[in-house]
Amino acid sequence: MDFTFTPEQDALREQAREFLAANPEPSWAQLSELGWTGVSIADELGGAGLTFVEEAVLFEELGGALYHGPYFSTIALTLPALPSDLRAEVAAGTASWTLALGPLVPDLDTADRVAVVGGDGIFELESPEREVLTTNDQSRPLGVVRGGQSGRRLADASVLAEIGVRSLTALALEACGVARRALEHAVEYASTREQFGKRIGVYQAVSHPLANAYTRLELSRSLALWAAWCVATGDPETPLAAAAAKSSAAESAVAVCETSIQVLGGIGFTWEHELHRLYKRALGIESFGASGTRLRAELAVALLNEKTEEAPVTTPAPAPVEQGG
Amino acid sequence: MELRDTPEEASFRGDLRTWLEENVPAELRGHRGGAARFDGPEMRAWSRALYDAGYAGLTWPEEYGGGGAPYTHQAIFLEEIARAEAPPHIGVIGLGMAGPTIMAYGTEEHKARYLAPILSAEEIWCQGFSEPGAGSDLAGVRTSSRLEDGHFVVDGQKVWSSFAHLSDWCILLTRSDPESTRHAGLTYLIVNMHAPGVEVRPLTQITGEAEFNEIFFTGVRVPADNLLGEVGGGWQVAMTTLLHERGTLGFALQAALEMQVRKLIALARDRGADQLQRDRIAREWIEMQAVRFTNYRSLSALMKTGLPGPEGSISKLVWSEANQRVTKLALEILGPDAALADDNAPYGGYWQYQQLRSRGNTIEAGTSEVLRSIVAERVLGLPKSR
Ligand SMILES: Cc1cc2nc3c(=O)[nH]c(=O)nc-3n(C[C@H](O)[C@H](O)[C@H](O)COP(=O)(O)OP(=O)(O)OC[C@H]3O[C@@H](n4cnc5c(N)ncnc54)[C@H](O)[C@@H]3O)c2cc1C
Repeated sequence: MDFTFTPEQDALREQAREFLAANPEPSWAQLSELGWTGVSIADELGGAGLTFVEEAVLFEELGGALYHGPYFSTIALTLPALPSDLRAEVAAGTASWTLALGPLVPDLDTADRVAVVGGDGIFELESPEREVLTTNDQSRPLGVVRGGQSGRRLADASVLAEIGVRSLTALALEACGVARRALEHAVEYASTREQFGKRIGVYQAVSHPLANAYTRLELSRSLALWAAWCVATGDPETPLAAAAAKSSAAESAVAVCETSIQVLGGIGFTWEHELHRLYKRALGIESFGASGTRLRAELAVALLNEKTEEAPVTTPAPAPVEQGG
Repeated sequence: MELRDTPEEASFRGDLRTWLEENVPAELRGHRGGAARFDGPEMRAWSRALYDAGYAGLTWPEEYGGGGAPYTHQAIFLEEIARAEAPPHIGVIGLGMAGPTIMAYGTEEHKARYLAPILSAEEIWCQGFSEPGAGSDLAGVRTSSRLEDGHFVVDGQKVWSSFAHLSDWCILLTRSDPESTRHAGLTYLIVNMHAPGVEVRPLTQITGEAEFNEIFFTGVRVPADNLLGEVGGGWQVAMTTLLHERGTLGFALQAALEMQVRKLIALARDRGADQLQRDRIAREWIEMQAVRFTNYRSLSALMKTGLPGPEGSISKLVWSEANQRVTKLALEILGPDAALADDNAPYGGYWQYQQLRSRGNTIEAGTSEVLRSIVAERVLGLPKSR
């Protein structure tokens, strides 16, 4: 048992954090140059042949940086459906994708190509009309597609199970990145801001909610990393882990942001400060795909209806996320 | 990152699982714990069986009767104990606190004398830290020790000492310098609970049983050799004890929670649960997995770097509150039968006892308030409140 990152994975995180601090709005081509679009794509297709654990590092960092672009929709949502030649294009940075799983489709403003689910397969949707909607979270716009022609058949609908667990896990990881960033803001403020002659972090009414925020974040992060490892290795517990991770991390990210807004006082309530954008991403993650309530209802079915004494290991994958991914 | 067992871990787990299947006495499965476990000889016999099979003190050095195994084996052991609903070893304070402190600060003679009997459950230990005037603020300790012709003479009072009425030895924090205040001038002693001048008065607690006690010391003579660390250096030694109480115990607590959630799920299958209860059961299962994998992260960091990861500091805090919620949810599922107790209640009153006992979880081994302050100050680096 070893639940640590390798030095290479740590280096990837360092690289991501530095790059995203310097380039808050990177292009798809830039991500491809860094090798991020081909992380889990095979070597012979121009990828790095690594796993979802490396992608997990990037999802967490991209979440914390409030990255606006088609990484989630390409890598978490669509990649499992793409045949080799199209994977090679993703690795090369010449194409990005999104997948319309429901009426609200993510990243329609930035993704090059659109896939849809139809019958027993997943198809490319050629030249649809795209309408990008106004969303609370401006870093991940949602939109609707109309018209277009059904193009190439990309994959069998059986890949939806993998798409389901990858997207739930990626969302959980993004939520952890968001929560970490929000907590950093609050800790920094509580350590420097003075009122009544003291730094506000000495007041337990401030410090204890922050300790709770840290606690929620670390618990959720443990679940998200567990789920990432499960996805990477095809572990039989993957559906349970992914559902647990999304249910927990989305809720934690919202709670951590709310605590942080409170700790920053008036500044935390302004449009200017980054916190509201983190908060809106957290809320966006919570409402995107399956809700916590629904995921827990599915978990309860798995936990309570199993016949054996064992913790259940073979449960149906959570139904593919309904709302646009 | 590899969460599966190595072949070597898998074989350890396999052997252990078989051993547990063959050896856990049926009447001890799912035992509710507490002082009642000392009533009959079964639990000592069970602890002794663990020792004889090499499963007590897995990570302790072999020369002191331990298993010399890596921490991962201890983690696997506790997981399997939970899975088998087997009770833990009876020597909670000896294994979790006194033993590790003796290994860190004891002389060779101390280690040779005290460690093996802890593992074999021949000797039971208690912890004499808290006093009427020193609870969360342990530096307020006033029980005195004076060095007099080769002995420390101890006078004073301790309180809330778990299992003191059954103990052979006590790890005792005393003030050896009467002029000192706070963290200076404290001395850490090993005290024989059978020595003249030691008087134990059980205190009945919320559950109706007496698990903890007052201890009165009147002119108790403790050989000067029974010193851990330096005279006046007791605070440092006590911090080691507390580190183990809250840290190493993390995995044991996780195993306890795993067993509790298993039982909760079994209860819900047995008695039925409505939609809202099902949501809460799923939440508690998620929380249990979160504690489990948080402990894995902390443990992996310990194995790699020699230092446990900072996230480990939340284990006890999260476990205590989870155990309170889980046990209350179980009572809710029991419905009107929750009002019954002991043998008149379903499952022998297991849940009623557990729910009441759980209220102590956020007080013992550092209150939740104190633990939150520790996370705030030492992990998040917020300014110190004290
Ligand atoms: C079941 C059980 C078993 C125990 N076993 C042992 C044992 O074996 N050996 C032993 O030595 N002790 C034992 N204890 C004692 C335990 O360690 C103390 O009860 C605990 O440290 C709290 O001390 P106190 O009871 O004096 O409460 P106090 O310290 O008086 O605390 C009262 C309340 O004030 C809060 N408070 C105190 N200081 C602060 C602060 N700075 N900031 C915010 N809130 C604060 C506390 O969190 C608590 O809610 C046991 C306790 C229990 C319940």
